[in-house]
Amino acid sequence: MTAADVLLAALGAVALGAGLLVVTTRHVVRAGLWLVVTLGAVAGLYLVLSAELLAWVQVLLYVGAVVVLLLFAVMLTRAPIGASDDLDRVRWPGALIGAGAGAGLVALFADAFHWSRVGLPAPGTAEAIGGAVFRTWVLPFELVSVLLLAALVGAIVVSRPDISAGPRSDSRPDPRGR
Amino acid sequence: MILAENLDQFGKDPWWLVLAKVVVIFAFLVVMTLFAIWYERKVVARMQVRPGPNRNGPFGLLQSLADGLKLAFKEDIMPRLADKVVFFFAPVISTICAFTAFSVIPFGPTVSIFGTHSPLQLTDIPVAVLLVLACSSMGIYGVVLGGWASGSTYPLLGGLRSSAQMISYEVAMGLSIVSVFLVSGTMSTSQIVEGQAGNGTVNIGGWHADLPAWYGILLIPSFLIYFTAAVGETNRAPFDLPEAESELVGGFHTEYSSLKFALFFLAEYVNMVTVSGLCTTLFLGGWRAPWPISLWDGANQGWWPVLWFTIKVLLLLFVFVWLRGTLPRLRYDQFMRFGWKVLIPANLIWILSLAGILLTINSDSLSGPGKFGVSVAIIVAALALGFVAIAMSRRNVTVVEIPKAHPGGRVGGSKGFPLPPMNLEVPPSPRAKLVIAEREPVSTGKEKA
Repeated sequence: MTAADVLLAALGAVALGAGLLVVTTRHVVRAGLWLVVTLGAVAGLYLVLSAELLAWVQVLLYVGAVVVLLLFAVMLTRAPIGASDDLDRVRWPGALIGAGAGAGLVALFADAFHWSRVGLPAPGTAEAIGGAVFRTWVLPFELVSVLLLAALVGAIVVSRPDISAGPRSDSRPDPRGR
Repeated sequence: MILAENLDQFGKDPWWLVLAKVVVIFAFLVVMTLFAIWYERKVVARMQVRPGPNRNGPFGLLQSLADGLKLAFKEDIMPRLADKVVFFFAPVISTICAFTAFSVIPFGPTVSIFGTHSPLQLTDIPVAVLLVLACSSMGIYGVVLGGWASGSTYPLLGGLRSSAQMISYEVAMGLSIVSVFLVSGTMSTSQIVEGQAGNGTVNIGGWHADLPAWYGILLIPSFLIYFTAAVGETNRAPFDLPEAESELVGGFHTEYSSLKFALFFLAEYVNMVTVSGLCTTLFLGGWRAPWPISLWDGANQGWWPVLWFTIKVLLLLFVFVWLRGTLPRLRYDQFMRFGWKVLIPANLIWILSLAGILLTINSDSLSGPGKFGVSVAIIVAALALGFVAIAMSRRNVTVVEIPKAHPGGRVGGSKGFPLPPMNLEVPPSPRAKLVIAEREPVSTGKEKA
């Protein structure tokens, strides 16, 4: 057991525990905060594996932007201080799917690698990741960007009734009350 | 233009030196905060032709210290409806993130400290600038959680406003730094400073041109966009909508008092110092001496660079104060439109054309005149794109029909709620009927209806 192994195990445990708290806590906003802990622990995992760029991009994008936007959306709609009782649905389908996916991944990795040792790859510098993304994997990268763009356009069309298809409803109540 | 990886000099300090550097950076930021508050009040006062604080200490220099002590001795109020844990941690998160960001800002070159050779910088990593950005984006949590945890309406609205503002302007800020990465070929702060050491030359068709050393001049659009975004990011005037007193009382920290409020205040000023420090590092040559002083050989050696760095940061802080003293606050929609529809597209066009020009200059297959021609073509295309965008935005201006003002009366039948006339006309007083009748009738919405 090297120091890196211990760190990996500890960060993994933090990520798992915080992930469990995300789905079990009764406070909406605290669920978001536990999600921050999970994503931060994953960034720590990247850092231990010497993928520096990936780790900071994870902090910058997931911790710093995505979850802030999640909290933002929760607070715009409803953000009660204290516990809420209506957060849970029926538990067993979620537990089944989660446990199934976890067991499947464990089986897959155990089958693929057994107990063979995999050496650390070269440090994930900006040059290495940039070269990989924009040379070798440029087509999947572009496909993902097009997918995200389509999702963005779709979200705008869905959320704005004045530009969506179909007859425009002019039966809006007159704001002047006449 | 690409520099060799040379970060070996970092991470070799003995533990006492690391501790000393941490303490010095902490002290520097706290003293800068105390000084910046006094500086801001004094400069704004001079701009408004009044003396400003002048009671405590020489020139009133101890005024911010007195204010800080006063804050510490105030009662610490915890709102009854607050989420206690989050309410406590929000200012802590803000402050920690603000301080952490400064750990990668270089103050000077390698010097000898008690016999140990060490760079005047806590640490540096290959992606140091990303660390600063990550810290400032984590700092948003303090604001949004502080606003939410107060359990009150005005802080919640203020928190939402400032987080939306900081997220929007962070995009523009991150994009403006991209051009520095493109030209310097590195993301480490010490190497970016090194990249601004001397004039680069560019060879276009056998014609050698000297490039300015500072990226602030070489990449002036990025510099301007960065500074604008930095003002928005730090919630400073004219972009201080989260603290718009007339609309939101005090913004996200309305319910905070005593030391917790002091921490938010500290974080705001430390953030100002950090964005100024980053701006100095990225665009103004970092700790390197400016032109007339740099002719002296000793200017960039020893402890002198700390002075140049501090002077540059203070000049940038002066610009912050200057903006606050001169410009009125923007309206929220104007502000958001400016960020998303002006700063970000302009930035993208600039990055695209810069990348094209860099590719052209560094390519081997093009001859000299060819390089020159392609570069000019890229500049012309970028300018044309910009003009087309401006023309399109002008053309799309549509006159919105302004709804007629509500004449007043009861809304929703005779049992509805009473509403005063919304046309800003004072309703006639029953006692002044005679005078009103003799006056010229003013055309109102009520008469037309």
